[in-house]
Amino acid sequence: MPIKSAFTTTIDHVSILDVNANFDEKLGAGLIPDADLVRLYEHMCICRHLDEVAFKLQRSGRMGTFPQNMGQEATSMGAAYALDKTDWLVPCYRENAGLFWRGLSMEMILLHWMGDERGNAIPRELYCMPLAIPIGTQMLHATGLAWAAKYRGEKRLACTFFGDGATSEGDFHEAMNFAANLDIPVIFFCQNNFWAISVPGKIQCSAPTVAQRAVAYGMDTIQCDGNDIFSVVYCVRKAAALAREKGRPFFIEAVTYRLGDHTTADDARRYRDQAEVDAWKTRDPILRIRKFLTTRGFWDDTKEAALAERAERDVAAAVERAESIAPPNRDDFFNNMYATIPPDLALQRDTMQTHGIGQDPSQIDGAVIELPAKTSH
Amino acid sequence: MANLTLVQAINLALIQEMERDERVLILGEDVGLNGGVFRVTEGLHKRFGGKRVVDTPLAESGIIGASIGLAMAGLRPVPEIQFEGFLGPAYDQICSHAARMRTRTRGAMTVPLTIRIPVGGGIHAPELHSDSPESIYIHQPGIKVVMPSSPYDAKGLLISAIRDPDPVMFFEPKRIYRAFREEVPEDEYTLPLGKARVVCEGNEMTMVSWGASVVQCMQAIERGGRSIELIDLRTLYPFDMDAVEASVKKTGRCVIVHEAPKTCGFGAEIAARIMERCFLYLESPVQRVAGFDTIMPYYKLELDYMPDADRIARAIEETAAY
Repeated sequence: MPIKSAFTTTIDHVSILDVNANFDEKLGAGLIPDADLVRLYEHMCICRHLDEVAFKLQRSGRMGTFPQNMGQEATSMGAAYALDKTDWLVPCYRENAGLFWRGLSMEMILLHWMGDERGNAIPRELYCMPLAIPIGTQMLHATGLAWAAKYRGEKRLACTFFGDGATSEGDFHEAMNFAANLDIPVIFFCQNNFWAISVPGKIQCSAPTVAQRAVAYGMDTIQCDGNDIFSVVYCVRKAAALAREKGRPFFIEAVTYRLGDHTTADDARRYRDQAEVDAWKTRDPILRIRKFLTTRGFWDDTKEAALAERAERDVAAAVERAESIAPPNRDDFFNNMYATIPPDLALQRDTMQTHGIGQDPSQIDGAVIELPAKTSH
Repeated sequence: MANLTLVQAINLALIQEMERDERVLILGEDVGLNGGVFRVTEGLHKRFGGKRVVDTPLAESGIIGASIGLAMAGLRPVPEIQFEGFLGPAYDQICSHAARMRTRTRGAMTVPLTIRIPVGGGIHAPELHSDSPESIYIHQPGIKVVMPSSPYDAKGLLISAIRDPDPVMFFEPKRIYRAFREEVPEDEYTLPLGKARVVCEGNEMTMVSWGASVVQCMQAIERGGRSIELIDLRTLYPFDMDAVEASVKKTGRCVIVHEAPKTCGFGAEIAARIMERCFLYLESPVQRVAGFDTIMPYYKLELDYMPDADRIARAIEETAAY
């Protein structure tokens, strides 16, 4: 018998507003109303300014490690814009733009990176999960969140974000397989930024596209220019329609680039060429929207100057709020462990300032050593 | 002799073992061109090339599972897990396979593998970058567990770990990676796994600790006028109970200090062994100064969580007064 083809497929790539701000009217017309685009642009610029301020806060010792979002604002922002406000956003840690668009306040993100769990106390009505620090674990949670919606007969879906590096983790494959085989409406949104700290994308995926990983799970997939917010919105709407109508998952590979270091603890100059970074700077998602808006008469230098002032003011106010919050109570890390604190843990909490841990004070005759209360850190 | 930090001492040990033995190779996330996020493998990629210093896909289970295969085939892999908080995905490979291979094949297959892991808090790091999970792996039969507290010990213990015929988890206390320097011989040397070090001698009380907490123990000891014998276990499995026993029989009192949570922390095992071996010599209950039974808080409160010189000093006074 002749050998026949068992399966063939193609992966579409979507680009609507290109590097030179050329616009595909056929795909893009009506996709984002002009007024919305202005607001999206403003939010992206404010998010970018927060990156710059956060970097300085870290360098001056006012904040711990911070991962900049620079260059990747269009991805999560476009997704959050295209989704319903009650769809779950399940982020990694480079999705500030989308979380802010959804309504998360900047000081929450700042608090998180200032080493304060209160930054994760996200209001339930925002439908945002807290940042996920270990790599590639949160896609399974998105699968569960969407599964719960399906179970309840809701039209809610979940959109989870992760990088190219995360697609190497076993949990990623398990999440894809669960969602595809159990018909769970999850959007898997890969921010392919080409670098997992210092490890280049080719070490994570030898295939020409990350998107084709979805094919192996029988999942619909598409690749888009992740620095083009129109493409992102187009693809997320397509994915959301499939998820809502058919209950099926969808995989989006957004091709983007991490313009900054992995975090403030990293120095990308050690492992990647500046020429590569410079080339991607010309593809900055913010630049092309500004050009587009300017060409269409919706934006000008006066507006840009006013926006810069607003960004400075908004971010400064967020930093002020984050820094002026009263220090956390040292009982907090005990009191939030369980719904009801176990007696032994309560003893640890209540004697931490006065006694050896858990030591029964009655055993120590006259040996209670009162030390001055520590100053807050 | 060279005056080295802990990071430099480990780097030197890796270089010397790789030069001595072609079977030794390094693999992990960012260990190559970047030299590791803490720069422990700095310069190794340039020196030994991409065949022996390998940047892997971002997958901890993959790193350890593949290392088990490399080791069973006769190589000496030294994988790095970037932070102790990322050990989760590797747990299955470590405990279900590396730990069991020798016994389930009755010695036909062995896993001479050394997993390097930065461990512990106190560096203002994000969550899951500051934990102390050593007890989990001490509790798993089949694995050796090492945690040095000084550059000299780190070099000698790491070389021993790499040459050891069984899997070793080599926890590196990141808080003291660059905290101080110490004279370290430039020539290779080994320190036996399973032997403690008496950091300072004393006859009033024994103190047992390991890793970065040894520094806080010394601070507390130097503060008071008591004669305290500090034992750094260095290897947590197998551990040097003989050294602890000899000291406690001399002093009659013991304080154990570790950063990991108290309940089922390794201090519990030490305390139980002291009961078994030294009961009639004890003048006071064995006291533990440990992390609390909570999740390690984010860094604004991390210093409230970790045993510091104040808490250790208080335990010393309580124990002495009993």
